[in-house]
Parts: sequence; C-alpha cells; structure tokens
Amino acid sequence: MNAAAKPGLIGQSVTRKEDGPLLRGQGKFAADINFPNQLYMRVVRSTYAHGNIVSIDLAPALAITGVVAAWSFTDVADIPPIDFRLTRLEQLAAYRQTILAKDKVRYVGDPVAVVFAEDPYLAEDAAEHVVVEIEELPVILHADGKIGEFRDGLPTETALIEKGYGDVDGAFASAHAVVSLSLSIGRHSGVPMETRGAIGRYIAETDMLEMYGAAKVPHWNRDQLAKMFGRTAANTNLFEGHVGGGFGIRGEMYPEDVLVCLAALRLGRPVKWIEDRREHLIAANHSRQQTHHIRAAIDRDGNILAIDNEFFHDQGGYMRTHAATVPDLAAAMLPGPYRIPAYRVLGHIRLTNKTPGGTYRAPGRYESTFVRERLLDAVAARVGISGVEVRRRNLIATSEMPVTRALETLGTDIVLDSGDYPKLLDKALNGIGWDDLQTQITSRRKAGELVGSGVAMFVEKSGLGPFDDVRINVGTDGLVEVVTGAASVGQGVETVIAQICAEKLGASYDNVSVIHGQTNRIARGLGAFASRVSVMTGEATRQAALKLRDKALAAAAELMQLTADQLDVVDGEIVRLDGGTGPSMTLGEIAKALEPGGNLVGDGEPGLFAEASFESKHMTYPYGVHVAFVSLARDTGGISVERYLVAYDIGKAINPMLVDGQIVGGVAQGIGGALYEEFTYDDRGEPLAVTFADYLMPTAREVPDVEVIISEDAPSPLNPMGLKGAGEGGTNAVGAAIAAAIDDALGQPGAITQLPVSPQHVKALLNAKV
Amino acid sequence: MKPAPFTRHVPRTVDEVVSALAEFAPLDGRILAGGQSLVPIMAFRMARPAHLIDINEVEGLDRLAVDGDYLSIGARVRHGAFHKPVIDGPLGKLLAFVVSHIAHYPIRMRGTFCGSLAHADPASEWCLVAATLDAQLVVKSVRGDRIVDVTDFLEGIMSTSLAEDEFLAEARLPLLPDDTKFGFYEFSRRAGDFAMSAALVTYRLVDGVITDACVGIGGAEDRARRIPEAENVLNGQAPSPELFVAAGEAAATAIEPLEDAQTTAEYRRDLVRAVTRRALERSTQ
Ligand SMILES: Cc1cc2nc3c(=O)[nH]c(=O)nc-3n(C[C@H](O)[C@H](O)[C@H](O)COP(=O)(O)OP(=O)(O)OC[C@H]3O[C@@H](n4cnc5c(N)ncnc54)[C@H](O)[C@@H]3O)c2cc1C
Repeated sequence: MNAAAKPGLIGQSVTRKEDGPLLRGQGKFAADINFPNQLYMRVVRSTYAHGNIVSIDLAPALAITGVVAAWSFTDVADIPPIDFRLTRLEQLAAYRQTILAKDKVRYVGDPVAVVFAEDPYLAEDAAEHVVVEIEELPVILHADGKIGEFRDGLPTETALIEKGYGDVDGAFASAHAVVSLSLSIGRHSGVPMETRGAIGRYIAETDMLEMYGAAKVPHWNRDQLAKMFGRTAANTNLFEGHVGGGFGIRGEMYPEDVLVCLAALRLGRPVKWIEDRREHLIAANHSRQQTHHIRAAIDRDGNILAIDNEFFHDQGGYMRTHAATVPDLAAAMLPGPYRIPAYRVLGHIRLTNKTPGGTYRAPGRYESTFVRERLLDAVAARVGISGVEVRRRNLIATSEMPVTRALETLGTDIVLDSGDYPKLLDKALNGIGWDDLQTQITSRRKAGELVGSGVAMFVEKSGLGPFDDVRINVGTDGLVEVVTGAASVGQGVETVIAQICAEKLGASYDNVSVIHGQTNRIARGLGAFASRVSVMTGEATRQAALKLRDKALAAAAELMQLTADQLDVVDGEIVRLDGGTGPSMTLGEIAKALEPGGNLVGDGEPGLFAEASFESKHMTYPYGVHVAFVSLARDTGGISVERYLVAYDIGKAINPMLVDGQIVGGVAQGIGGALYEEFTYDDRGEPLAVTFADYLMPTAREVPDVEVIISEDAPSPLNPMGLKGAGEGGTNAVGAAIAAAIDDALGQPGAITQLPVSPQHVKALLNAKV
Repeated sequence: MKPAPFTRHVPRTVDEVVSALAEFAPLDGRILAGGQSLVPIMAFRMARPAHLIDINEVEGLDRLAVDGDYLSIGARVRHGAFHKPVIDGPLGKLLAFVVSHIAHYPIRMRGTFCGSLAHADPASEWCLVAATLDAQLVVKSVRGDRIVDVTDFLEGIMSTSLAEDEFLAEARLPLLPDDTKFGFYEFSRRAGDFAMSAALVTYRLVDGVITDACVGIGGAEDRARRIPEAENVLNGQAPSPELFVAAGEAAATAIEPLEDAQTTAEYRRDLVRAVTRRALERSTQ
C-alpha cells in the first residue's frame, strides 16, 4: 500500500510496520534469544492443590552432571514477595506470592523449587529428581463456599469491594417488581500463542542486570526487580522483543521472571526459561471466574430503578500483581450504558486452591456485561417486551453526556465522556438486518430448526493515564525515530504511532520507526494494557510531532530566509506554501544543520528532536453493541454461531484495519469463554485442562466471519484526536450476546445462567423441556 | 515438555523391526510410527520409553494395494494417503470421507492408519472403520506371524491384544460390494477433535430393503464395535426416517457409555442416538 505522508494518514488502513519481519520469519520472540554460556531453568511445581511443605530434597538433582544449581524457598528467602501493580489495597499485601513457595503450596503449579542446568532437557530431568514431600490439606475450590485460612488466622476472603450510589433500598421498597438472577462465569484466560519466557543476563563489568522476554509493562517490572534485588533502575534494564500475544496475562511480573534474574546475578551466567504449554495453563494468570447474585428493581415499563449485586471473585491461590483490579472493574463497570439511578455492589475477593488470577482482555467487564445483560433480558421477559426495547428504554441519552457515575476504579472517577448509545444500537440492528433476521428465524423455526438471536450492549474503558512520554528524533539521514514507553504485545503499536507521527510531522510513514519496550531508551513508561496505548502514547506522539514540526520549520525558515508560516513539511521535505520554487530542504538536512557545530543554533539545544508528555486523569469510554445469531442441534445440543456482529464506537480509528483485527480477535476469545474454554478441576484441585486437547480454544472452524461496524460518532473530548481505545470491545459482550441468542433459540428465556455453555448443557435443557 | 532420554533405532526391514522389538521391548522399547500420539505423551513424560524403534525408514511398509478381496494398508501408510479415494468403489469413497474428520492436516500427513489401531483410542476413526468393516490385522514378531480379527485386536481404552514384542505390519479392509451404501457422522465440540461419539454404517439395498447392515459406534464405549441390536433393526426393512430413528434408539440403548468429568452417560447415549441416525441419513444422500 502506498503509505506516503499526507494529511489523512490518520484514519487510513495502512499495512502494518510490524509485518515485514514477522512474515519473513525474522521475528525475535523470547525463545529466539540466546546468549553464549546460558543455563536453562526448570521450575519444580506443586502437584498438590493445597498442602504443607514437609521437606524438599535438592541433592538428587544436584548430583546430576550438568546441573549447576537448585534452589528452594530457603535459598531465596531474602527476596520479597511480588508486589502489586494496580488497585492496591493494603490488607492484600499479606496474600502476595513469594517467588518459591514458603511453607505451604496453594495450587497445582505453585513453584516450589528451581533447577539450573546446561540444557533444557537436562533441566527437566533434574527437576524430576527434586524430592518434594507435601502433607496434603483440604482444598477450597468454590469462592462462594466456606471461608478458609490462608495462614495464621488470615481468612481466604482477602477483601470486600463495596461501591454504589443512590437510594437502593428505597428503590427496591417501592418497585413495581424485582428481578433476581444468579449467574456465573467460567474460569478461563488469555492463552497467547507464545508462552511466557524470560532470559536473565548479568554483565559484571558494568554491573548491569538485563532481562529479555519482557512484555506489557517493562518499566514497572524493571523498577520492581531493582527494588527486590536492592539495585537501582539505572543498572537494571528490560527488553521487549516480539511478543506473541498478551491479552493481559503476558508480561505481568511472575515468580519465574524474578528467578531468572536472580540466577543470572548469582550464577554469573545468562539464564533462560521458556514456559511450556502445560506450565502455561497452570502457572500463568487465570481469569474471569465469578458468581453473581443480582437483583433489579423495575417499574412497570421495564425501566430499571436500582441494581443490587453481590458477587464472589475466585482469585485462586494468591493475590498477584493486579491485586483487586478485576473484581474492582467488574463492580465499577457493571452499570454499563444504562441509566441506573441507584446502584450497590458488594464483591468478595476469595482465594481458592487454583491458579492465581489476573486480568484478561476486558477484565471484569466480560463478567459484569454478562451479568448485566442477562439481567436486562430477564427484565424484558418479566415485562413482556423485547430485548431491544428494554435496552432502548434504559439507555443513557446523548443529551445526558458526559455522565459522572459516582464510582471510582483504577484510581479514576468514572465519567462517561461521550456517546450516542441509541444511535449505535440502531447501526448494529441495521447492520445485521435485524428485521430480516427475525423473519428468517420465524421461517426456520417453522421448519423445525432451533435458531435465535441476542443483543448485548456495553461500555468499555480505555486510555488509562496518568501519563505517557514520547521523544521524537530526526537523524541526519532524515529517518525519524519515535521513542515511547509503550509496549507492543502484537497489536500494531508501531504502525499506529508511526501514522500519527508521520501525519503530524509531515514525514513519510516508511521513514518513521517506533521504539517500545526498551527501558534503556526512555526513563519511564507505562506499557500496554487497558487499551491505553493509542490514546495515551498516541496523543503524546501527536504533541511531540507538532513540536518537532515547529522546530524544523523555524530552523528551515532561518536557513531559507522566510517565515515559518510560509512553509510546510511534506514527505520529509520543507515546501513553500505559496508553491514558490527555490532551494528546498529535507528534515535530514535540518537535523544536520542543527547538529552541534552545525550552521544553525535553533532554540539552543543541538539536534532535531522534541519531547512531549501527555497526562490524563480520566479514562475515555468507548461503547459497543454485539449481535449474535446461533443455531442449536436438537439431537446433539451442538451450538453453532452462524453470524456475529460488533458495532463499536471508538471516537476515531487511526487505522480501521487494525481496529477490525482487534475486534475480530477479541470476538474469537469471547466465543472461547462463552462456549469452549474452561479451566476445570477435580475435587482434589487437580487441574483437568492442561493441554489444548482439554482446554478448547475456538479455531477458524468455530468462529464465524465477524461483521464489524467501526463507528466514530462520539470522539473523546479528552484528547484532541478524539481517540478511544479499541482493544477490548470485541471480547466484552460475547458471553452476554451468545447467552441471549441461545435462550432465544431454546425458547427458554433466562435458561443460560452460566458460561461456558456446552452442548451437553444445551441438550439437557432441551431434554428437560420435552 | 521435553521427553525423557531415549535411544532411537532405525531398522530398514520388517525383520529388523521385529528383532529390534524382541530385543528392546523388554527394555521398555516401542514402535515409533507417525508419532502423533506417542510424541505428545512423551513430551508430557506420561510415556517414557527407553527405546524407540522408528519404522519410518522401513521399506515396503508404505504399501497400499488391493490384494484379492481386501485392501492392504501397510504400517507406514499415513492418514493423508486417503484424502483422495485410494480405490474405485465405495471403500475408497468411505475412507476419503472419514479421513477428513481425523485431527488436522499436518497431523494427517504424519499419523498412520496402523498407528491409530495400535494406539486404540476409543474415539479413533480408523478403529471405527476397522471395527465396522471387520478388518483383519497382520501381526508379526520373531515368534511368527498371525492374523487377528479386529474384534480380538481392540481390547479397551488404549489397549490391544498386541504382545509387547509384536508389530502391526498391515491392516486389511474387506472391499465393499459396489452397491454398498455408507454413512458416517461424528460429533465433537470443535472440528478436528476426537469424536465424543461417531457412527459408521454400511449396508446394501436388495429389493428396496436393507441387507448386510453394519453399524459401528466409536467414541462412546471403551472401544469401537459393531452394534448388532441396531443392525437387526435395519436388516430387512426399507430405509425411512422412522427406521433410522429406531436404529439410533437401539444403538443408544445397547451401548455401555463411557463417562468422564465432561460427559455424562445420559449425554453419551443422546449422542449415540444422534450420530447413528445422522450417519444413516447421510447414507441416503
Ligand atoms: C491434535 C491431535 C488431534 C488428533 N485427533 C485425532 C482424531 O480426531 N482422530 C484420531 O483417530 N486420531 C487423532 N489424533 C491421533 C493421530 O491420528 C495419531 O496419528 C494416531 O492416533 C497414531 O498414529 P501414529 O502413526 O502417529 O502413531 P504413534 O504416535 O507413532 O504411535 C502411537 C502408539 O502406537 C504404537 N504403534 C504405532 N504403530 C505401531 C505398529 N505398526 N505396531 C505396533 N505398535 C505401533 C506406538 O508404539 C505408540 O504406542 C490426533 C492427534 C493430535 C496430535
């Protein structure tokens, strides 16, 4: 595609900068990184879900030739537990995970020891020789059951989340009717194609500790590692290579990251760890598992007067880096796009003897959207109106925007910044051809088929601050380098940032390169999560690019003896606005003139560069509509998603092709959680889904062609380009929309109360009806 | 997910295979065919054979040919060999239809027909084909050769009557009369997964009524097998939707369903009812 710089590059589906090396097989993922003389780490994991560690004997492993070291907790007792990155609550600190289990194991997969050996096969052999004796304890597998003891009288209910506003009790007392539901969402998670990996390296001569295989939040992890080891950030660096998917779980700080770095420091050799898939499915963050008991007070027309919700969040064995983030978001975002006059939520964060949890694409929202939208459908059924109508009646009107919810999450107050929710609903219904679809449904049902449709709506959040920094530098060769503190988990950061930079600066897209995830290149950075990069890094880039343009024009004006307002930058060249000819200049030549000792002084600082910092206290709130059309097989209970549509308003799409990709990929993951993926356990806490034969990811055969409507009705007022993030809207409402469609196909309103829905469950519902 | 240490042996002839088996089977040796079942379980260290006898370079084992009234399938013949009909007539079509349900393309290019039988997964499509069509299996060892009926070969979940020093050299599928009708249907949650239940039916129509009905069910019990109760419902009757429902009912009643954490016995019966009827319906299309 022609990617020449011209105004309007923002908004074009230019091809991705990232694709060249990836398509040529030149990607460099964690496992591709090697250093001479490196050791391989293998983690010995608990095979018990809960137990006291009686003894750990490392000697048989150490006796094997080629095994260099082996550690259990006593060897790493000086390293503090892994701290919280987000949504810290002080009382949660006691539940953090140490890098090796101290005296108890709390899930199958809990790291109890590590071995370091000359090759990965040997390391795995040696790990089998570590003798771990564990005295098994009773397990807790249900977050809504009895509260147990974490240790020393600390309850497994680690915290309560309480939020709300308005007179909930009053609303229920005077309600026309109350609708109550109990709903649950299954345990599943982001399962990136690339498993985790980390390579630690210590360079003694410069006292530099390095970690490769970083992702998502390299700067935060750098600061933490430095703190845990008593080092400084200046002599600790993290490097992100290609990352084969993040989805929230990849790149958080885990015990293994700390262990490879510690080993590199102590053993004086590079240490490599690459997670295998079985480990990944039991050791990397799980997510989603919640049970909600929700009630709505309604009037006779189906208007919601109040919502009261109590839920139980199954956090697994420890509180990890996200602390209370997921349940907090579930609680705060539950009201969604509706006018809920009064709201109260009580969330119980409970530990269980399962893999610890963290965020997964649309964290807390996949869950609470399922719950809220099931509630809306139940309200519709109660008052005898359609799912579409009940939503129309309760949607916040554009005239009410911005709406301040008296709710707070991620350190910000929720202010729905802009939106035309009813208009997007219309767009979605038109897009799917709703009336035709209903006609088709009627005729297919007449022919004996079980088919149905469902609609779900949601509000997402994006662009979490508080800041992002960008530095743009133009080399004397005219090449433009944008250094960011962002991270790329494969979502196209380089492309989007280059588009903004190229357009605002007037450079050619092909000449812009974007640096991310390198802690030695920029002092601070927040990384990639919460659909924040396009908004935060994007706006910082815009500002820096404009500054740089001004600087270049001022310099050019001086050299060309014109004024800056007579000039423009196009494709990296300075041109006269009046079309006049004469000697022209390139950005590279200006950079050369501004070099120390060059023939220009500019604003005093040598070089052609600019920096900008964008700060934002509030998030932006994109919103969306999902429409699902499913058919069910009467005899097998088989579920097929025949059509799926997402309409998503993100204010302004920098690159619609990338937004489309985000949405389609997100829907696939949402379908996973709705119909296929589940981490199941037996009653001793033994995980049953430890391979892809049992943890069912939907494939191209299960995911329909997703119909995508990218809408730009409601630019965010919080940044000049009007940006809102696009990363999570594809996933958010899939569980909700599919549940509604299955209900409809079954002809049993409210039948689906838990995810994932299996054919066996559908068949049982069908059998029960007969 | 790195296998435990093992030694690989690479025989060139069937004689070398069986003598290697005789030598190494007692020392925890096994055949390596396509590796599509064995290698993953070795990676999990759920299997840790000390010796692998790799048959992938043995001459002649890729033979796939008609010998008299049966089709001979050598131990190196891959699933992918059946993507297009290997012979004219219903058997070639049947195998080509069934093979597309086995796993995914890359796996089909390595996994072998005989390896599937030796592995004896209850949901294996080839086990179902072998059971439904009354295959015979050529088993070799240094002690001599024997020919085993499939019913005596498949013993249970991942279990066969092969002795540890025995090699499944060839499978023989009887050719089907040209007027044979067949239908296959399997149900799994995702395309390419092992079937939660599968049915294969063959029969002939003589004077408008079904004769020689064979109804095989896989994935529902500990091994694939023919279900005489369902065959009896069909034989002598004209095909009809009601008859197919009745045959499905008979199959569902006759089986002893496998239960596991994900699948109840009741659901497995539901599936057998469904796949049998659907396979029969496909036979008429
Ligand atoms: C993701 C995935 C999905 C799959 N889905 C399906 C599916 O839907 N249906 C299906 O049927 N299969 C499926 N398979 C299994 C696949 O078909 C295997 O190829 C097959 O089961 C075994 O054949 P193989 O040649 O690969 O045997 P190997 O893996 O090499 O061997 C399997 C076992 O049989 C023994 N063995 C092999 N050949 C012989 C022989 N000639 N004599 C004696 N012993 C022998 C080996 O010692 C070993 O114990 C799947 C596999 C994967 C990885």
